[in-house]
Amino acid sequence: MATSKTTIHKTTTWSPGPGCHGGCGVLAHVKDGKLLKIEGDPDHPMNQGRLCARALAMTQYIDHPDRLRYPAKRAGKRGENKWERISWGEAFDLIEAKMKKIRKEHGPESMIFNVGTGRDIYAWVCMLAYAYGSPNVMFGLTGQACYGPRLASVATVQGDFSVFDAAQWFPERFDHPGYEVPECMIIWGYNIHATCPDNLFGHWITDLMKKGTKIICIDPRLSWFGSRAKYHLRLRPGTDSALIMGFLNVIITEELYDKNFLEKWTNGAHLIRNDTSKLLRESDLVENGAPKNFVAWDSTGNTTIVWDAAQVAYRDIKATPCVSGEYTVELWTGERIVCHTAWDEFCNEVNKYPLETVEKITGVPADDIKKSATFYAKAKPAAVHWGVAVDMTPAITPLVTGISALWALTGNLDIPGGNVFARFAFDVVSYALPGTKGPIKLKTEEMDKPRIGADKFMPLNKFYWRCQTDMTLDQIFTEKPYPIKGMWIQTAGIMQGLGMDPKKWRSALDKLDFIVAVDVFHTPTTQLADVVLPAGTFLEKDSFRSWWVPLQTINKVMKVDECLPDMEINFELAKRFDPDFKFETLYDLYDDILKPSGMTFKELQEKGWAYPPEGSSSCPYHRYEKGLLRPDKKPGFRTPTGLFELYSTLREEWDLEPMPHHEEPPFTPVSRPDLAKEYPLILSTGRRSPAFFHTEHRNIPWLRDIDPDPILEIHPETAEQNKIGNGEWVWIENWMGRARFKAKLTPVVPEWMVMAAHGWWFPEKKAAEPSLYGMWESNVNQMIPMNEYGKDGMGAPIKHSMCKIYKCQPGEVTHE
Amino acid sequence: MSKKHEYGLLIDYEYCTGCYSCQVACAQEYNWPAGMGGIRVNEIIQKLPKGKHYLTYLPFPTELCVLCKPRTKKGLPPACVKHCMSGCMTYGAVEDLAKEMTKKPRMVLWVPK
Repeated sequence: MATSKTTIHKTTTWSPGPGCHGGCGVLAHVKDGKLLKIEGDPDHPMNQGRLCARALAMTQYIDHPDRLRYPAKRAGKRGENKWERISWGEAFDLIEAKMKKIRKEHGPESMIFNVGTGRDIYAWVCMLAYAYGSPNVMFGLTGQACYGPRLASVATVQGDFSVFDAAQWFPERFDHPGYEVPECMIIWGYNIHATCPDNLFGHWITDLMKKGTKIICIDPRLSWFGSRAKYHLRLRPGTDSALIMGFLNVIITEELYDKNFLEKWTNGAHLIRNDTSKLLRESDLVENGAPKNFVAWDSTGNTTIVWDAAQVAYRDIKATPCVSGEYTVELWTGERIVCHTAWDEFCNEVNKYPLETVEKITGVPADDIKKSATFYAKAKPAAVHWGVAVDMTPAITPLVTGISALWALTGNLDIPGGNVFARFAFDVVSYALPGTKGPIKLKTEEMDKPRIGADKFMPLNKFYWRCQTDMTLDQIFTEKPYPIKGMWIQTAGIMQGLGMDPKKWRSALDKLDFIVAVDVFHTPTTQLADVVLPAGTFLEKDSFRSWWVPLQTINKVMKVDECLPDMEINFELAKRFDPDFKFETLYDLYDDILKPSGMTFKELQEKGWAYPPEGSSSCPYHRYEKGLLRPDKKPGFRTPTGLFELYSTLREEWDLEPMPHHEEPPFTPVSRPDLAKEYPLILSTGRRSPAFFHTEHRNIPWLRDIDPDPILEIHPETAEQNKIGNGEWVWIENWMGRARFKAKLTPVVPEWMVMAAHGWWFPEKKAAEPSLYGMWESNVNQMIPMNEYGKDGMGAPIKHSMCKIYKCQPGEVTHE
Repeated sequence: MSKKHEYGLLIDYEYCTGCYSCQVACAQEYNWPAGMGGIRVNEIIQKLPKGKHYLTYLPFPTELCVLCKPRTKKGLPPACVKHCMSGCMTYGAVEDLAKEMTKKPRMVLWVPK
């Protein structure tokens, strides 16, 4: 019987394939080396048998006629779509020779290694870049404005990242005896159902809603969550930081915060000098005192007490530090100065945002803010889940630290059903997220010195191991302080997706001597490379996934022509570039990274997935109380003070505002009323489609059928004013350029905003330039600038620009 | 009720999030070309008083739905029901599903075959 030959393989999703951040268990039905069908694995705790549209379309993806199936080198000019098939041996030799020449003549930092969204790629791109000797691993988005900034900002004030708790830490999930369902969840700028980003399964929130969780949805757009929310706060894009200040204002004014947490676990009691507006340090009090120790006022002894950062304790354990008040302190110089507490400073900042002011900035009614903040603060437990909207604004850190303060001050940090610390299972780190260091690193710290932007922007220096994207792009043109000569681009779309102002990127690529692109299909980006290498999908590789919990393997199920998994490609080249590369096989490397788990790759593969035991640092709850977060095992947080820092000591040292606040972004009707006259609509972008992951899947028939065109959502009244009918092609235009989209008249967007779909190119159109798969036709990035990133080198105004819209003239549309 | 129309699909449209898994699961199961399949998801935007709106998605079984007979006779749930990301679809005997419907609002029972 034919069916007897079909074998069913258990494995885990992680790109390439569905494109997402992976983790779902699947069953792949394979016969004669072909994928017949893919199904959700009912035993897998993450998805419990469910599966998304993109994963279910894998049969059309794996065997797609347009898949890259063998290595090729450019045979014509860049962008002419002329290619010559070569063998892997030739490809490796060619790349080795070209890249070694660049290294010899210009230094290893002259090669940039470009990666896209959080796939099974970061560890292996870093492995290659570091073996080559370059610290310049680049995430191609302006201001690196996706996820990384959130992690780096949170690391600044609370040490470890934290995420909403859907009992994902336990194999028995919601049946875990210690688990509690959140009474309230804030969904902040996220339509997570559509793509399951950030290592979270979007429908966990739907599961929670069925169990009673009530939603506060913060989104200008009417999302599915917005429709079903107890409160839907439709803020003006870019004003999120004003809204969080309003929330904090309510919880402080109404005294809805956890006083015990404030006194015991934050640096609220630490004193700030009135004269310098800086934290008072032990070195101010005592001639040889440590500058890393801080000072509070003890109401018992009516004197100063020193917070010993190394001991994570006050020197006098019987002291009662005051979180509020002004105190006169004598310095070792004999000078007497007045100080106030960090908590008072925090409250003063928050007091600048009475709800009427917040309503004026955000457009959200004051009463709704008050009711929402009160509901969140009184709910036990309550969680926050935030999306990329928080990264996509220049003042990302002042926003993110405000949201962190909200969950911390309301006592929702690392409690069941709150925001719990997300640690790597068994401390196995391959994809070293901001704030984490893994075994894949540069040989010496010295080699990190030339990393672009790392000397200028301290979050990059301390937490975020990438080069600053905007500065890198500029450096390609200026060649200062050193020239950029080559780029390795792996499963990333700098032209069609990651790159804002793509014309500038197009010119930049022409400046480079050598470009390698590794991908699954040709894209506008691969068309500009000198060598193109065919990557395998997740079904074609052995790998493992250590992104929080669980630890799991990805198992090779099949092989497609000459395609090779990303990590096998990079492993071969890493060996060629680094004479000291210490691993013989990829599995030796896997075993080495997996060591902290006590399992080899093969052992883990036999299990499929593994959950860390209770009592380990990667298993919740209350870890800061149990001493499970810090390397020294003392209770507290992995911050310079060991406390949750309402007033950031690091940001003070870095000369950046230490506390949350609102900054109006650069291109809004408020900051640029001059531009608003010509471009009256707010241009937002990036709403997710369940059919696509960013720029991918436009060539998968079942998925394209769901979302066939680049859509511009326009409110019906706005459309009428602009004489635009439903389904008509329209131009979006601003001072940077224009692009055309298909109008969808829908009240899900407010009258004053349009929402343009992102990541559009047309795999069915002509590959050669100037078409480049029609990528210039409907790419919204042409209206979003580079170089508008935040003061700390992170965040950028991607979701709030300005535009006008008008109907396309007959003959201007070539789509149909 | 005729015995021929004994089974149906119960949709809890309060929880359908518009993930389209049902649509692609069906296309995969029966290898339908894009544009065809046993179930299609519809977006419905309801206008409510005071300028409010409500967004609903509703999977609709088409003329091509066979209620996954090849699967159900093996004891497997229909492909759409199995993969539904929000678990808002139930397959079963119409009478049982009708009883289930009385437990909560925003439900619809389809008897496509």
